[in-house]
Amino acid sequence: MDVWSSLMDGFATALTPMNLLFAVIGVLLGTAVGVLPGLGPAMTVALLLPVTAALEPTSAFIMFAGIYYGGMFGGSTTSILLNTPGESSSVVTAIEGNKMAKAGRAAQALATAAIGSFIAGTIGTALLAVFAPIVVQFAVSLGAPSYFAIMVLALLAVTAVLGSSRLRGFASLALGLAIGLVGIDSVTGQRRLTFGQPLLVDGLDIVVVAVAIFAVGEALWVAAHLRRTPLHVIPVGRPWMGKKDWGRSWKPWLRGTAFGFPFGALPAGGAEIPTFLSYVTEKRLTKHPEEFGKGAIEGVAGPEAANNAAAAGTMTPLLALGLPTNATAAVMLAAFTSYGIQPGPQLFSSEGPLVWALIASLFIGNFLLLLINLPLAPVWAKLLQLPRPYLYAGILFFATLGAYSVNLQAFDLVILLVLGALGFMMRRFGLPVLPLILGVILGPRIEGQLRKTLQLSAGDPAGLFSEPIAIVVYIIVALILVWPFIFKLIRRNRPVAATAVPGNSGATVPREAGGVSHGSHRADGTADGDGGSDG
Amino acid sequence: MTIVVGYVPTPEGEAALTQAIAEAKKSNDTLLVINSSKGDALVDNRYAQEPDIQSIEERLADQGIQHIIKQPVRGHDAAAEVLDAADENDADLIVIGLRRRSPVGKLIMGSVSQRILLEADCPVLAVKAD
Repeated sequence: MDVWSSLMDGFATALTPMNLLFAVIGVLLGTAVGVLPGLGPAMTVALLLPVTAALEPTSAFIMFAGIYYGGMFGGSTTSILLNTPGESSSVVTAIEGNKMAKAGRAAQALATAAIGSFIAGTIGTALLAVFAPIVVQFAVSLGAPSYFAIMVLALLAVTAVLGSSRLRGFASLALGLAIGLVGIDSVTGQRRLTFGQPLLVDGLDIVVVAVAIFAVGEALWVAAHLRRTPLHVIPVGRPWMGKKDWGRSWKPWLRGTAFGFPFGALPAGGAEIPTFLSYVTEKRLTKHPEEFGKGAIEGVAGPEAANNAAAAGTMTPLLALGLPTNATAAVMLAAFTSYGIQPGPQLFSSEGPLVWALIASLFIGNFLLLLINLPLAPVWAKLLQLPRPYLYAGILFFATLGAYSVNLQAFDLVILLVLGALGFMMRRFGLPVLPLILGVILGPRIEGQLRKTLQLSAGDPAGLFSEPIAIVVYIIVALILVWPFIFKLIRRNRPVAATAVPGNSGATVPREAGGVSHGSHRADGTADGDGGSDG
Repeated sequence: MTIVVGYVPTPEGEAALTQAIAEAKKSNDTLLVINSSKGDALVDNRYAQEPDIQSIEERLADQGIQHIIKQPVRGHDAAAEVLDAADENDADLIVIGLRRRSPVGKLIMGSVSQRILLEADCPVLAVKAD
């Protein structure tokens, strides 16, 4: 079988000592940033982009993938032991996980999270290996109009579906698209938004933008909110599970995987919606309903499996279509471009060895994560005792170094600070960061497809609807945009009793690299989408 | 008159508290319990949590000691907080717990106890854990 032999080749590449080393570095870094609230894989990959410029692309991507998966693993530790989600995707885990820990079952909660993450990650990666080539076969037949439509869908879905406020989401998207416009028009050669500044002609480097928004913005935000009442980590021994815990965990793991993978692969994916759906499902299906709200192991097993499966799902559109669906994938897409690799359906044929080594490394990374997380979760929690001034001083140092090293241009540091201030303001006013980053990264690509379409149709807008897939996608876009209004209408006619939102029970404000408010908004947004229980 | 005690949820802190309670009983003074954190890390094991504080509260009430428990999180280190409290309340005694320190650890991190001993304007009673 073709997939099989390619995958085995991938393993051969990924298992060379050098690449294995990078996988280990990646998962260690990933777990660390996952454990620390406020830092996330997207920020870490952005910070490391300039540093890894000298590396072989394969090694760099193996490390990035490790960071991505590691972030998903690490987030659960903080959720369970501190009731402060390390990542926005672990918000739901905190609900039951922290209750379990308070009831003295922290070891079991950590174990079911780690093993569930491993199983879901492995199944998810296997699905990725099977489905990505199929998606590619379908994708190569797509023309520019369809691509344009799919990218529009991705942008709109991420902006409109996630987040509590559509207005803020679209404001953030507009900012991102504007930043992406800076530079020379690719077709006519005109200067756009350069304000007569010759240094802006080449456009803003995506590394500088990402580092500024994620790292500098977050550092400023933390600096402005430094003092907070410290908490205690709930003490645990070595994570383990009894026979009964296994019996109660394996079904939620599989169901969580089933939720996570497709949602991760969808343009409006991200890991928040499937974790929430998984939680609700487990609550409904459980044989121990009385334990929910007091620390039910199903409520940890399901969502944790879902977020790792979603991480694998996210890789599918990224590798097969060049379409990122969350912040980390967006930064990885930028990484592809910075290595001169053209992302898209041709990636599998043009960079086959790299892609398969990357997929193989996901399997390896998952296994490594299980090894370092299962026995060492309490050790990772010690990271939380780090005084944050030291931590963020280090991050700012790397951010500055990275931004300068991209072009060795002092002007980039000015951009870094200006956009860092923008990142701070966005957090201050609750603008989600994800639409901005997607706007910056997808903006130029979406424009390219639009120009191509219009050139083919000689400027006739009807060319945008020349492919059936494009029309289908536009219908979905229209539905997404109109849906809330229909929903409101239905609700007005038939008032539904508001169900309780588990997303808000006791978990402190979730904070992620994508932004403080961004994490919490997306968590609320999940609840919103499911039952509209916000109102 | 006031007795200030620097409390941390460790054996040394407990020893200091026990000693301070004995002193307060003897002199019938108000006991001011200070447990502070700089608040710059998400987790600080030296910052007492709610149940801990409650049990101290009960213990002091049981013994009939006039007391105030303060947990300042203002970005100052523990020594500064204890010294501040002593100054403000015109304390006539500060009670602190000493822990074993290695010379290197003290060189790098400094010593809260040493600062209190050197800078306090009133007598300082330093106790060790049993």
